[in-house]
Amino acid sequence: VTVAEGIGITGYGAYLPRLRMARQAIYDANSWLAPALKGKARGHRTLANWDEDSITMAVAAARDCLGGDHDRSHIRELLLASGTLPFAERLNASVVAGALDLGEDIAAADVTGSQASGLTALAQGLDAVVARGHSVLLACSDCRRTLAASAQEMDYGDAGVAVTLGRDNVIAEVVGEAAITVDFVDRFRGAGDDIDYYAEERWIRDEGVGVWMPRLIENALGNARVDAASIDHFIFPSTLRKIQAQLGQKCGIDERAVVDPMASEVGDTGMAHGLLMLARVLEDAEPGQTILITQFGSGGRALVLRVTEAIRDFQPVRGVSGWQARGMQETRYTRLLAYKNQLQMALGPRAEYDDKTALTTAYRHRRALLGLVGGRDPDTGEVSFPPSRLTYTPGASRLDTQEPYPMAERAGRILSWSAESIQPHMAPPHHYGQVDFDGGGRILMEFTDVDLGDIATGIAVEMTFRIKSVDNKRGFTRYFWKATPVSVNAATEQETE
Amino acid sequence: MPSGIKDKVAILGMGCSRFGERWDASPEDLMVEAYTEALADAGIETGQIDSGWFSTHMDDVGTGRGGTPMSIALRLPNIGVTRVENFCAGGTEAFRAASYAVASGASDIALALGVEKLKDTGFGGLPPASVGTLIPQWFPNAIGPANFAQLASAYQAKHGIDAATLKRAMAHVSVKSHANGVKNPKAHLRKEITEEQVLGAPIVAEPLGLFDCCGVSDGAAAVLITTPRIARQLGKSDLVTIKALQVSVSNGWELQGNEWDGSYVHTTRIAARRAYEEAGITNPREQLSLTEVHDCFSITELVTMEDLYLSEEGQGYKDVLAGIFDADGALPCQIDGGLKCFGHPIGASGIRMLYEVYLQLQGRAGDRQLSNPKLGLTHNLGGQPVQNVCSVSIVGREGV
Repeated sequence: VTVAEGIGITGYGAYLPRLRMARQAIYDANSWLAPALKGKARGHRTLANWDEDSITMAVAAARDCLGGDHDRSHIRELLLASGTLPFAERLNASVVAGALDLGEDIAAADVTGSQASGLTALAQGLDAVVARGHSVLLACSDCRRTLAASAQEMDYGDAGVAVTLGRDNVIAEVVGEAAITVDFVDRFRGAGDDIDYYAEERWIRDEGVGVWMPRLIENALGNARVDAASIDHFIFPSTLRKIQAQLGQKCGIDERAVVDPMASEVGDTGMAHGLLMLARVLEDAEPGQTILITQFGSGGRALVLRVTEAIRDFQPVRGVSGWQARGMQETRYTRLLAYKNQLQMALGPRAEYDDKTALTTAYRHRRALLGLVGGRDPDTGEVSFPPSRLTYTPGASRLDTQEPYPMAERAGRILSWSAESIQPHMAPPHHYGQVDFDGGGRILMEFTDVDLGDIATGIAVEMTFRIKSVDNKRGFTRYFWKATPVSVNAATEQETE
Repeated sequence: MPSGIKDKVAILGMGCSRFGERWDASPEDLMVEAYTEALADAGIETGQIDSGWFSTHMDDVGTGRGGTPMSIALRLPNIGVTRVENFCAGGTEAFRAASYAVASGASDIALALGVEKLKDTGFGGLPPASVGTLIPQWFPNAIGPANFAQLASAYQAKHGIDAATLKRAMAHVSVKSHANGVKNPKAHLRKEITEEQVLGAPIVAEPLGLFDCCGVSDGAAAVLITTPRIARQLGKSDLVTIKALQVSVSNGWELQGNEWDGSYVHTTRIAARRAYEEAGITNPREQLSLTEVHDCFSITELVTMEDLYLSEEGQGYKDVLAGIFDADGALPCQIDGGLKCFGHPIGASGIRMLYEVYLQLQGRAGDRQLSNPKLGLTHNLGGQPVQNVCSVSIVGREGV
């Protein structure tokens, strides 16, 4: 394998859901059944809110990577890697592309199948850069279900990550790569099932990771013509105890190069985790440093990257560390079960009403609904959401003058709000209100990731792409945008102003 | 400005069912209850009615759609009956259509009746209403209390009022209506409450608590309308006539523009100005004797006092706290208990408001009779502050 020169990662971003489940709370609830989990009852794992899934977290990570510019026309191809995509049929990547308003003349694909799929997609994306010379966006996320009182429930977390790949402004050049494909079944999940079945850990460690990863790493380093001892950052996600250091030592990698897998406050985020660790490494990486990123699954993937001077000119909107700082501790274990759809909750008779989505309507309004694109009259500045043929000014309505007006990256302020406790809602009380956008436009919209006291008139909010509702009868998830405070202590700050 | 409807239409008779959780009655029974009272009050036979308008809001409970439910329930003589629906303001729409029919000469005696049977849903509160195929895909999963509670947050922010003061003013609105409801034998809620009870009640939608919200009631109300000339021919004197009847409907300005500040109801102000002009009222606070407003929530009534130009903007909460709108105040509001305590069977409410003003003007309001009222206003609001239907009607004694 030869690697084309001068291509690689041109940007990165991440997303961690704000909920951080305290592992002590998981243990306390389950200790009657699984006292052996006591050793894991430390720190927190990230937990997707009820309105988050692998699509929404991929969108959030991609926005963290792409920044606030609405013009994303340089992205010509989108890859979405995840083991927990909400749709088995319907291109999940097309929902992400719509939410990012990437335009419709692009290629997009879902990539899935093994824990190494994030890196498989990375390699595929790099191939696309080489073959077609255009920029590629790769988003990767996982939002897994686990058995109650299992080790995985403790170890796992939910997250998204994204990188852009291309030839210009490369911040981490690819200098080598390797792949191994072998039907080593450390885990499996039958089609239509929700939860993985796991093989014995000792076998995975000794016969899986212990045998195949050294060979994979050796191949990648050989391909890159890089000496193991010169690796500055060694990325290998795994929940096996001390495995990173053991594998590094076996391969001749300096123990100081072993990257912390963020087990303590994030958890293992599945297919996203290799790239998530990379996104964290890139926050502090220095030009000239060498990164070895690997992930194990039905064989594995490994890539060798060299950080360039351009790293100094890039930063994600928040990045892993920024999202880490926005956590909200959750200590009620049933919330985890409920959000992972493992607990039958009493939501009242109003939850019995049918919620079928009119697909024809959704398609006609797709740019407004997925991309939060309104309409703006360039002469009067009037912004309408949803867009309409007539502008709204009474007595001075203008016909067919509106141009597309993307609103997702615009900040807004709350004009009015309330929080109600009557309707079924998975994070009561249900907050919504009017948001006025900077530069014009107003939408009555729902707020998310908020508790009572977080919302007040006048505070700044940003947009976040979320699940609007789930039609359980037909298995259809509907998405739209919600508002969430820019500052995690916004209401308190507002009061002291 | 069109010549308007002032004094062209007279109320011939009215009826109203007892409101409440009417486990004993189907919508047909409620209609018959209101209708037979109206018929007796008017002193006419069914065969003399030549047109009908029927207001009901909910499709999945109650009567279903169309004009047939009313025509069949009341055994009307194969006259035209049209169902009207305009959210919570549908009752006034039926009244408006009937009034126009009479004023145009197309009809001599018209019936407008509203009914809502809400207690067949199997749960408390209002059932979810259908909103088409696009709205559910972007609009919040909105519900009445939280829609109107938004007024409180914006009003409080705009006028710099502390939360506790506004909450106390809202509490006063409800305490007043409960005191009035006690004196109304047809009211749903007939129990006095204290300010402490209101302030201590569970929150339904911030900052509205249980007592800030009106009742969910079954009920029906009916009005028979004719011209003053025919009314006199039928032996009526001391007529109550319509002085103004105005409706204003949102067009997206509040919801989409950035101009509206969320602290008031835009359409109420428009409908009120038009109604005062039509009725020749220049100083509503002095000229009106009573108001029946759409107090679906305490905050709605409070801002409505300003939107009807009965209080200065930003001062309504002070007037409320000063008792201006209490039964013994300068301009009583909801003397029958209002939506809050008389109840809110949606399609009937607009006509129920009219019923109270009609009784008061005729001196027939029993224990709650006001002294010598001359002009009354009804304000019927449907939808939510960001997009709504608002009607304001003014009725009074003939010649006033």
